[in-house]
Formats: sequence, structure tokens, C-alpha cells
Amino acid sequence: MADAEEPMAVDGGHRDSGCDWDGRWNHVRKFLERPGPFTHPDFEPSTEALSGFRLIHVVDMDTIDVSNLNRQFLFRPKDVGRPKAEVAADFINSRIPGCKVVPHFKKIQDFDESFYRQFHIIVCGLDSIIARRWMNGMLISLLSYEDGVLDPSSIIPLIDGGTEGFKGNARVILPGMTACIDCTLELYPPQINFPMCTIASMPRLPEHCIEYARILQWPKEKPFGGILDGDNPEHIQWVFDRAQERAAEFNITGVTYRLTQGVVKRIIPAVASTNAVIAAACATEVFKIATSAYIPLNNYLVFNDVDGLYTYTFEAERKENCSACSQVPQDLQFPPSAKLQEVLEYLTENASLQMKSPAITTTLEGKNKTLYLQSVKSIEERTRPNLCKTLKELGLSDGQELAVADVTTPQTVLFKLNFTA
Amino acid sequence: MYKNNGENLCRKCESEFFTPASFWRICFSGSQDASTDVNHLKETMAATKASKEQKYDRQLRLWGDHGQETLENAHVCLINATATGTEILKNLVLPGIGAFTIVDGHTVSGEDVGNNFFLSNNSIGKNRAQAATELLQELNSDVSGNFVEESPDKLLDNDPEFFHRFTIVIGVQLPESTCLRLGSVLWSASVPFLVCKTYGLIGYMRLAVQEHTVIESHPDNALEDLRLDQPFGEFKNHIQSYDLDSMDKKDHSHTPWIIIVAKYLEKWLSEHNGQPPKNYKDKEAFRQLIREGILKNENGVPEDEENFEEAIKNVNTALNPTKVPSAVEDLFNSEQCKNITSQTPDFWVMLRAVKEFVHNEGNGSLPVRGTIPDMIADSQKFINLQNVYREKAMQDAVAVLKHVECLLQSVGKPPESISEKDIKLFCKNASFLRVVRCRSLTEEYSVDSVNKDEITSCMDSPDSEMVFYLMLRAVDRFYQQHSRYPGVYNYQVEEDISKLKLCVNGLLQEYSLNVNIKDDYIHEFCRYGAAEPHTVAAFLGGSAAQEAIKIISHQFVPFSNTFIYNAMSQTSATLQL
Repeated sequence: MADAEEPMAVDGGHRDSGCDWDGRWNHVRKFLERPGPFTHPDFEPSTEALSGFRLIHVVDMDTIDVSNLNRQFLFRPKDVGRPKAEVAADFINSRIPGCKVVPHFKKIQDFDESFYRQFHIIVCGLDSIIARRWMNGMLISLLSYEDGVLDPSSIIPLIDGGTEGFKGNARVILPGMTACIDCTLELYPPQINFPMCTIASMPRLPEHCIEYARILQWPKEKPFGGILDGDNPEHIQWVFDRAQERAAEFNITGVTYRLTQGVVKRIIPAVASTNAVIAAACATEVFKIATSAYIPLNNYLVFNDVDGLYTYTFEAERKENCSACSQVPQDLQFPPSAKLQEVLEYLTENASLQMKSPAITTTLEGKNKTLYLQSVKSIEERTRPNLCKTLKELGLSDGQELAVADVTTPQTVLFKLNFTA
Repeated sequence: MYKNNGENLCRKCESEFFTPASFWRICFSGSQDASTDVNHLKETMAATKASKEQKYDRQLRLWGDHGQETLENAHVCLINATATGTEILKNLVLPGIGAFTIVDGHTVSGEDVGNNFFLSNNSIGKNRAQAATELLQELNSDVSGNFVEESPDKLLDNDPEFFHRFTIVIGVQLPESTCLRLGSVLWSASVPFLVCKTYGLIGYMRLAVQEHTVIESHPDNALEDLRLDQPFGEFKNHIQSYDLDSMDKKDHSHTPWIIIVAKYLEKWLSEHNGQPPKNYKDKEAFRQLIREGILKNENGVPEDEENFEEAIKNVNTALNPTKVPSAVEDLFNSEQCKNITSQTPDFWVMLRAVKEFVHNEGNGSLPVRGTIPDMIADSQKFINLQNVYREKAMQDAVAVLKHVECLLQSVGKPPESISEKDIKLFCKNASFLRVVRCRSLTEEYSVDSVNKDEITSCMDSPDSEMVFYLMLRAVDRFYQQHSRYPGVYNYQVEEDISKLKLCVNGLLQEYSLNVNIKDDYIHEFCRYGAAEPHTVAAFLGGSAAQEAIKIISHQFVPFSNTFIYNAMSQTSATLQL
């Protein structure tokens, strides 16, 4: 997938056929005009004028890098430095007559419900699980329930694709109906970092030497003033040189410039082919959903072409108490003598929650109180002492509701505190 | 007839030159100053190399500089610039193959432009090979794009040797007769042939290559080569150098788990008549034995010794007996390995040398791989242990090298004709060697050698993709008989169903296939009307391109020999036909 290429929205059905030519839709019309034995039960063939996908919004916060060019086919060397969304839009608008791509050089989080509500379908090619969870949470927040029953017209399908090297996956999510990103969070184990004691005193691998230079030496020596920039070749060269020195000290071989860059930037290898396969699978699902021509993928496809070509298709199941889509209040079980720190650790370490830096607030004596918040320095300093206090000391009672905000979700998650003995 | 696309101008002085796959895009002009010429070349070479390293960084991490080199020396032939064809080529041009040539006699139609990203409505009426080459060339200026405005049938009539120059030929949306003719030419010339077709919501690929060897298969979950069951001399000595009982706490907790398992294994063997732990019960007892070795504090509570926990966790795999994988044994027993001649490719010479090693210096085992996984240990202990394995691997490689030299000499070839570097790489990958052999298309299609068993056994499962293979074969028959595909126009759909059914029955009869194909599939294939939807073409585009890259680079393992993709259910299957 294009690194950090973010959701596209689709709208079909405009009737401006002025830019069409004879035979333009021949390859597509047969699927829309003709009945068949494998079509969706709701499918009704029609010979209405075809229009393709006319209106697509693209959101991407990144600019083009030369290392994108081996696979991101809408970009050319002259485009390096320009926003991806804008270059992609320009290219498609000029190559595909009648298609309008509207670019947004923004983060997905820069938009709110009023933006996302306008779309029929959302397709994601994001480069992080956090971003996926956020988008997932956003679409869940758009769902409306009447008397506990989900209104189907409030569902916006989410098609998500991702790749790493020769592996990839594509999934179809109907928020509120099928398994969401958080339902299957355990499929993505947390990223493993090397233990500090290994890096600091017991390196064995070239990677340990690189991390030593990056985590310990750089902040100490601040060679170029500020933060280490993985995209700055001078910075990488510095880390490389220091890593080589350390490796020599311990007789470790294998430190190279390429490895250094890979470790510092956490580079994931990528090729055109895998991305083409997964993008195509996602696009096929968009087509199915938009036309109701076939039953969409239900709901997860895995692909791997290291040895031959392997695909596996299965139905990921909803989690009964999913913190994102189940509407079931989340349970927090702690003794009143537990410290707030323990609650914080649970929120970040629990495999089903995997929050990044949760902010915890609650209502005490009718007033909103922030128990702990990390992302604003002044508030972090003010609330830090709370971490060492027990839940009882903080004035919390059994059954108390805690509202937790985190980057992994656009909406706060409500937890109910259950005191154990 | 063989046109270049006007792209072959020297980047410095813009004079024209022509070579089929010119790497540096620089001329050797007859300028007065010879040193300028050489510097002109050198500085461009250095700059080009640096910028390529950057551009290709993400893929170099998968197949390395040597893999990239094979791509850049490759010349790919694509037949038919349909959506499927251009999507495949896009995924080969972007990673930087040396050159491509599109062979296509068709002119661009409105329909073509409708599903093909690499054709525009301005190209309607132009030759399709030329139009597609222009837009594909834009993807990567390192690649040399060429086109031939000719049908493959004509080329086969007039100049079949035209195809001999290519590293691989990819044929897309070919009628059966052309496919078989071309297949036969390429098979005799040992040029790999990849057949691809998008038909409605079905994607199809067929690889036809006689013998494809893979040294670097990069297996996902390789077992380590630790030799704990039969420690070699230097390893035994190294184990001896440790005395767990007399170590201080720090050393004890930072001893590599491999040493721990080795030590406790020695203990076990002495207490069990030289018999290693075999069943679950034994292994449990062995794990317990190790657990008891964890240091205890003054209150008798076990300390936190992560290296011991690692040892316990790894007992299962660590005790796996070292042996030559059966796949490699099979290779040892193959004809190519047994009969080494001066024509024998390097792969088989090296394999034979490894076989000799196994039967001599190796004492029944392959050369030591030389790598160990990371584990809790202090730097020195880890590096020292790692070096024990590395040095043994080097020694074993030297022994293999001597066998290689003998073999080469015995067939009258210079002993250095296979490099030490290649032999070392071969030894490191000895457990993972793979050879892919496909049957020819002729064999697949011949009544005498059709793979009936594969077809009938797959058709026993209701969900098998095999039915799509049979439908594609039936559709090809329809085309042969009617010079068109079924259901292209709406009015044809109904009547073609019965015609297609006749083709299906004819096919099953001819090959004596006792299988049943439901009418639904026949209806569906008429419904498709030979459409080539873009998203299905693009899925094949990615799949086929990577298989081509595997063939070119000899890294990773290609499929064999038929791949079917079903976009309706998003499922796929690999069949051997």
C-alpha cells in the first residue's frame, strides 16, 4: 500500500456522459446488465447509463519520497516533495476522463463526523494500526441506534488493506455488523523493541549497536542540535558511524548503512506486486458493495507469495465485549487499594485494549475531574501525583464510570470500575 | 521491425545509440579527450547507482543488490497489451527490469481504453503495443521499453527465434492455438513462459519452465541448525569450557541457552544410556532437569534466569535430530546430480559437491549453516558461541569447495569457474534448496498425458477452483469453433449457453473426465462475455509480476504450475496440471 495513503471515498451515479467514448464501459456493463446464478440476492440487473466512480476524496498527510517510486505508480521523480494526495488527484483526473478526485493534504484525524458522513464507502491503505483503529472508531461513532436496533442506513462500509513485503491482507468491515478492527486486535501482536539492558550493556546483534547510538548516544550528544530525523542522511550517517564503533568494541559484524536506516526508521520492505494484489482485492470489494452485484468478501483475506501464491479467506468474528463496537460498557476490575498507575498499565498492556497514552477522566461531586493525562505537559505534571494514589484515595467508588480518551479512538471509551476484594 | 522507442539518447550529449538493454544510457562518443569520456561515464555511474539505491531501497531489502542485478539484466516480453498485460508490466517496470518488449498486433479500441490505465482515448486507432509502451515507459526511465506491431502468430510463422532473446515471455489473453504453438517454441528454447488470462471474475496463470533452480528460497519459518544432537568437535570443546556449577550469578544468568541445553543433554545422556529424550514424557523430564538448574537465593526461591527459561522453551526444537531434509535427498538422487558433465549448470555441480560432502566430511549431515538466533547472553559469550558455528560453516564450505573443484576438473572445466562466494551462499542455503519443474503445455493438453487424477480428485470437492480451469478450457474450445467468445453481446447470452455446454461436454469426453459441471457455471461464463474487469486484471498483474521476478532472480519459490483466482469469493488455488 502507499505509505500513509489514507481513505478514499466513493460516489457513483452521476449522469454526465459527455466524456465517454464508444465501448468505454464494455468490460463492466456485463456485470450490471445481466442476471446470473452467483449474484447477490438483492441484485437487480439494469441497463442504466454507467458512470464508473465519479467522485473520490483522498486524504493523505504525506509528501512523496524517492523511496516511494519503486511502487507508487502515480508519482514521478519530479513530484518528490509534493503532497501525495494532490499528485495522485492530478494524475487520475487527467488520465481518467470524468473522474473527479478531490485531494486533502491532511491527517485523517483532522476531519470530523461531518466530513466522513458524506461518503458511501471508505477504503484505507494506512500504515499504522493506530490510524486504522481511529478510522474504525470514527465510523462506529456514526452509527445510529433506535431502541437498541442498528439503523442500516447509518452504516458506512470500511474496506481496509495492508501489506508488508510479500504478505498482505484485505478486509471488509460493516461497522456495527461485522468484526471491526478492534475485534481482532489480537491478530496484530504489539511491536517488540529490544530490552534496554541488552542495548545498554550486552549488545549481540548489529541492531543493538544501532539502537544504542539512536537511543542513548544521540540524546546525550545532540550532534545536530535537535531530534534525530530518519530522513536526514547526515543523521543516519552519524548513527551509522557510532554504531560501527560500538560493534567494533564487541566484535559484532553486520552494521551497514542500509541496516542502520532500516532500524532507525523502522523500515518495512515493500514492492509493487504485493501492493497491486491487495489494492486490487480491495477495489473488487468496493465494486461489489457499490453495485450490489456480488456478495462482498466475508470478511478477511490473507495473501502471501513467498512460496508459490497462498491465499486464505475466513470470517473474522465479532468480539462480544469489543471496546470499540460492542456498546458493552468495559469492565475494570481493581481493588480499592490499587494505584491509578496499575489502571494505566492495564489500559496500555492489555492485548485487547493496547492503548497508547490514555487520558482518564471521571465525574466527582458533580464535576469533571482529570485523573491523568499525558499529552499536555502542564496537565501531566499536575496529575502525575495521582498515579501513586490508590483508587480509594482518589475518591472513586464501586461502579464509578471512567471516561478514557486515546489516539486509538476518536471517541472516549467508557469503563465501569468494579471493586474487587 | 524491431523498433526502439527513441528513448536511447545519451544522457550527456544526446547523440543517438542503440543497444537492446543499455544499462548506463551513456554513449562512448568519439570525443578528443578520452579521459573526459571515461569520467563522463564514471560520474554518471556513481550518481545513477546512488539514486537507484534510494529509489529501490524498499525492494533491495527483500532480494538484495545481487537480486536487483538480475532484474536489471532481464528482458521481458509481453504479448498483448490488454489491461492484464499492462498491469503485469507495470509491476515489472516499477522495480526496474532492464527492458521490456510488447508484442501486439491489435489497434486500440474504445473498449480497450475503458479498462486499461495505460491507454488513453487519444490512442484509439493506434497500435496497442506502441500506445501502451509510451505510458508504461513513463513509470521508470531506467527501463528500456520497446514494441513490435505484430501478432505473435505472425512472428511464429516468420521468425520464431525472435523469442529466444528473452529472459521470460508473458502471454496474456492468448487463444489456445497460439498459446500451444508459442509454448512449444519456448519450451524447446528453454525460455520460461508465463500464461495469464483474466476472464470475467476469474484469473488464471500457468507457468511453463522445464527446470528452475532456487538457492535462496528465503523460507518463512526455517528451523535452526544447531547440531545439539551431534555436536561437532569445536562445539564440544566450547561446551566443555563452561562449568555451570562454578559460575558466578551474573555469568550463570547470561550463559546462552544453547550451552545450557547442551550441558544438560550431556547429563541426561550419561544417565540414560546415551539415549536422548524422545517422547513427551522424556522431554518434560528434561525440561524439569533444566529448571532445577536455575540458581536459588538464600531462601531457596528460584532466581529470575531468563536464559534458563529460553532453554526450557526451546527444548522441543533443539532436540530435533539433524538430518538432510527429504527434499534435498530427492535432489541428491536426481539425474542431474548423478550425471555431471561440462554442460551441467552450476547449481547441480554444487549440489553434487554437497552430496559428496555429506557422504564424507559431513558424516551424513549438510554443511553447518553457521547462524544462530539471538538469545539472552552477555556479548562475549554470544559472540564466541556464534563464532564457533561461523568457523565450522567456513570449514565445511571449504571442504565443499574442494569437491566442486574436483568435479569441475573432472569434466575439463577450470576449477575457479564457480566462485567461492557462490559456493558459500549455496552451503548456507543447503537445507532450503528448491527445484521447480513444470510439465509442458503440450503434456497438459495431450489426451495421453492429461493429469486426470488431479482434475477428478479436485472436482470431488464442491468448492474447488478446478471447475474454473475446465470452464476456461471449454471457452477456448468455443473460440476455436466459433471464432468468438460466448456471450459477448447481450442477445448471444441465452443461445450461447447451450453451445458452451456442448463444448464442455466435448472437452470432458475427449479427455475421458468423469466429472460433473453444474449448469450455473456455464451460465456464468456466458454472462462474463469475455470481459476483462480491471480489478481482476490488476490482481493477476501483481501475482504474475512477482512470479516473473522469482523466475528472473532465482529467489523465492515460483508456483507450479497453474494458479486460479476467484474474485467472487476472493479465494484461489494452485493446481498441478
